[in-house]
Amino acid sequence: MTELKLETPWQKALARVRTWARINSPWAIHFNSGSCNGCDIEILATLTPRYDVERFGIKLQGSPRHADVLICTGPVTLQARDRLVRIYNQMPEPKFVIAVGSCGLSGGAFQGCYNVVGSIADVIPVDVYVPGCPPRPEAIIYGVVQLLNSLKGETPDPQAKAVSEA
Amino acid sequence: MTKQEAFEKFIVPIGPQHPALKEPGHFEFVVDGEIVTGAAIRLGYVHRGIEKGVESRNWTQNIYMLERVCGICSHIHATAYTLGVEQLANVTVPPRAQAIRTLVSELERIHSHLLWLGVAAHEGGFDTLFMFSWRDRETVMDLLETISGNRVHYSTNILGGVKIDLDEEKITAIRKGMDFLEERTHHYLKVINTDETFLGRTRGVGTMSSQQAEELSAVGPTARASGVPRDLRIDAPYAAYPEFPVRLMLSNEGDLHARFVVRMNECLEAYRLIREILDHLPEGELTVRMPRRIPEGETISRVEAPRGELAYFIKSAGGDKPDRIKIRTPSLCNWGTITSVAVGHKLADMPMLLAGIDPCFSCNDRMVRVNRANQPQLWSWEDLRLYGIEYYR
Repeated sequence: MTELKLETPWQKALARVRTWARINSPWAIHFNSGSCNGCDIEILATLTPRYDVERFGIKLQGSPRHADVLICTGPVTLQARDRLVRIYNQMPEPKFVIAVGSCGLSGGAFQGCYNVVGSIADVIPVDVYVPGCPPRPEAIIYGVVQLLNSLKGETPDPQAKAVSEA
Repeated sequence: MTKQEAFEKFIVPIGPQHPALKEPGHFEFVVDGEIVTGAAIRLGYVHRGIEKGVESRNWTQNIYMLERVCGICSHIHATAYTLGVEQLANVTVPPRAQAIRTLVSELERIHSHLLWLGVAAHEGGFDTLFMFSWRDRETVMDLLETISGNRVHYSTNILGGVKIDLDEEKITAIRKGMDFLEERTHHYLKVINTDETFLGRTRGVGTMSSQQAEELSAVGPTARASGVPRDLRIDAPYAAYPEFPVRLMLSNEGDLHARFVVRMNECLEAYRLIREILDHLPEGELTVRMPRRIPEGETISRVEAPRGELAYFIKSAGGDKPDRIKIRTPSLCNWGTITSVAVGHKLADMPMLLAGIDPCFSCNDRMVRVNRANQPQLWSWEDLRLYGIEYYR
């Protein structure tokens, strides 16, 4: 996240309002950079009645230009790499990236395949990692909540940190 | 295309990132006003090099690798692979293991068809049906999780059998789930057949005659909706299908509506089959011993995936790793039908038509090289890597 230079109390207040709005309604965009589909259908499942993330104000968007959060799945393939970088560049600042699934974290089962570049973090900066093959919808929601908490200035859940460092 | 024509044609590019489908694919539709006059597809964004990758992993590791060809029909990929390897090793799998394999693949078919129903309805702007079918799909996801421990990649198969067993508690849960889903599926069939706006979007859209389906080599429900009696569970039964026969679901209409009806009827057939398997579940062992090295040989293993015929060619050189595995997925066979059927329809019908064949990009993004000179050529790892870099530039 780029550091905003705060000068006047008015600007400070405006920044606080912006953060409040951002936390209450993050718009996400989903991109599959070479995943097996498993994570994608779990992300889609978070939108459906059982999990329903829209009650938290999270909305899946079609265009990267409208999105705050990029939810990215899968190992990055050679052909998808340029597209991923382009989509990331099209998103307005401040932008956040959630890497979903073991493949996005490390290349997973596809590590070493000739057309796989590697993890998402090799290509674009990643803020939150959600492990699992594929992660349950609850885990994906938990990952988004962790991101929102960090925006509020809270330190991440120590348990979540332990998982991501392990 | 000459310069003059280029001015007359208007091309709508879609993708690779697009809100309609959850996977990357690039489409170009040539339109004349609202009417599509030509269509082109570019695939390959999720090509990972699995076929080459399996050659560097051993027989057991490959089950997990090949499950991840596709996240929707993962069990059927592993089934095709294990059936082929067992055939090479000349091992007979116990009947209980075969029955459980069949049971899980039918559960997977239900999950895949309900998922498809939701996505296809969503493409048509019918989000209510999308939400309802995905809510009910959670029932079968819960069942799969109960019996295998994971929602998507179940890893039920191992070489020489299965690693999960069913007890009374699980059987009761499955029966209960099937009762609920059967009731819901009848409701969906009623919606599909009577809802005016839905019929307006589906009836007479993307009609494909049975002759066309044969010529374009369509497979699975797409072919069966056009009246082509093609189902491997009946034509060449594998696993426990010889003991538990299925009925062929056919429709002669060939349009989008028929594809909905055929898939929903297949769900109903799957509920019946699952109950029958649970009623007559054979007793006995779950696994047999498999050799670590698979004897030299070649085999072709064919199964009916939710999207159609899935074929594996497996070659062993006698080692602990396969020599070559070639995968032929149903989605790739069905793509050909899109480009010819799309012409003459409105641009707004395209998302539903695309979803109509139930495309699965992660299945079909594989490299095909047609060698017309009939000279065999070996590709080394480095050659493939360089070719990939050049192609995807």
